[in-house]
Amino acid sequence: MKSIISVENLIFEYPQGEECEAIRAVDGVNLEIEEGSFVAIVGQNGSGKSSLAKNLNGLLVPTSGSVKVKGIDTKDDETIWELRQNIGMVFQNPDNQIVSSIVEDDVAFGPENLGINPLEIRDIVDEALDSVWMGDYKKKAPHLLSGGQKQRIAIAGVIAMKPSCIVFDEPTAMLDPQGRRDVMKIIKELNVEGITIVLITHFMEEALQAERIIVMEDGKIVMDDSPYKIFDNIEKVRAVGLELPVIIKLISELRKNGIDVPKNIFDIEGMVNYICQ
Amino acid sequence: MIRDITLGQYFPGNSKVHKLDARTKIIATIMFIVELFIVNNFYGFALATATMFMIIKVSKVPVRFMVKGLKPIFIIIIFTFVINVFMVDGTILFHWKFITISYEGLYRAFFMAARLILLILGSSILTLTTKPLSLTDGIEKLLRPLNKIGLPSHEIAMMMTIALRFIPTLLEETDKIMKAQQARGADFESGSVIHRAKSLIPILVPLFISAFRIAQDLAMAMEARCYKGGKGRTRMNEIKFTRSDIYASVFLAAFLAMIIGTRYI
Repeated sequence: MKSIISVENLIFEYPQGEECEAIRAVDGVNLEIEEGSFVAIVGQNGSGKSSLAKNLNGLLVPTSGSVKVKGIDTKDDETIWELRQNIGMVFQNPDNQIVSSIVEDDVAFGPENLGINPLEIRDIVDEALDSVWMGDYKKKAPHLLSGGQKQRIAIAGVIAMKPSCIVFDEPTAMLDPQGRRDVMKIIKELNVEGITIVLITHFMEEALQAERIIVMEDGKIVMDDSPYKIFDNIEKVRAVGLELPVIIKLISELRKNGIDVPKNIFDIEGMVNYICQ
Repeated sequence: MIRDITLGQYFPGNSKVHKLDARTKIIATIMFIVELFIVNNFYGFALATATMFMIIKVSKVPVRFMVKGLKPIFIIIIFTFVINVFMVDGTILFHWKFITISYEGLYRAFFMAARLILLILGSSILTLTTKPLSLTDGIEKLLRPLNKIGLPSHEIAMMMTIALRFIPTLLEETDKIMKAQQARGADFESGSVIHRAKSLIPILVPLFISAFRIAQDLAMAMEARCYKGGKGRTRMNEIKFTRSDIYASVFLAAFLAMIIGTRYI
């Protein structure tokens, strides 16, 4: 498969003024993300996963190394807008990324910035809102909606720009369980439609739904594999300081107690099928 | 409490006034306010009041709702009325010890009060019938000619849009901070006015910090969605000057002529 994002030797430092040494958030990351894939990036606080995400669409520019999206370098000022149209980003706090006091105007913000014809924008906005099941809330004020609904509006705002890849930076961290489920469902639907997904998350249950998990620690990639292989190595995941998903804990406890759960089971669905056999 | 103020609120509706171009309404409001100061006699005020009520009728905003909007400035109206009644010299109508009421004073007081009330009604009908966003759009378009002398009209409109959007968010934030401080024993309700004002200072500091944090997040989100200023930007809802705007303008011109006419009666 063709890769859509390629990161080469990425080092990113937050400058700290003259006297202090710069803080190195991302330390020599090499990464290829394939078109249409669903990648989760996990790691503890301060592991550099958010800094890496902001490097992907040029919100932060590499201190050294390079990031290319569809062959466009994030360092190039002239093509930065084309790049950002290609790679959308959804942030953690739904409140702080909604620009307008009417839902549909907020979704239109991106296409308006791209200079799309007003008549076309109307259709794009309707379509984007429908795809996050918020079509009925077009004329509502965002501050009257729930956190999950607001986050869905933010996602619609990104979809409306027709990106080929969306980076989600802990999109569910501030949501209640229902909002979290809705957002995850939308993310998976978008992936099925062919949009490349990079999901940064704290929740292992969410990471488990991706096809590839990247584990970060101290700005470096320490593990990079399919969920099945990552959670096969329980000790290493624990050593990085990550919480195991409940289902993985269950499987490992069962194995300890002499029940031989087949190696290819690592999600709830597979477990249910196995138990019901 | 802050939510009770109707001045600046939007009253959803679908009337002829609601549908007018925001630019027409902004200009009409400014002209109406200027006219209130041209008026110098009873006929003029009668005409202005009649016109005002006609517009309110057409806009289908309940009169009760409009009157409620007058409440916060009621004290100011009473105050100007009283000052005018007692302070203006002229033909004495009533005299008792140090209190004198003159004919001119009474006359002036009534005009002043009528002027203030009409001023408030006039400007609230603008905000009541125009969505905040159309209003900022209208202002942007009206200010556009001033771009040539370096006035950033798009940026001003964008700032207003964002300010409107974040009023509820910042109110929520204030509420959160106050509750957190109350939970730790802060007292905002008792003591003298000065004492209470002082106890609000510890709220402002975290509020400012959180406002800056929100601003930073928002700037990043806007950049991620390709915001690069007003250049090359299109609008989903282009505001349009329609036939009814022409009628409204003709009506407005006629009203202006009549108001000037009343000066010579």
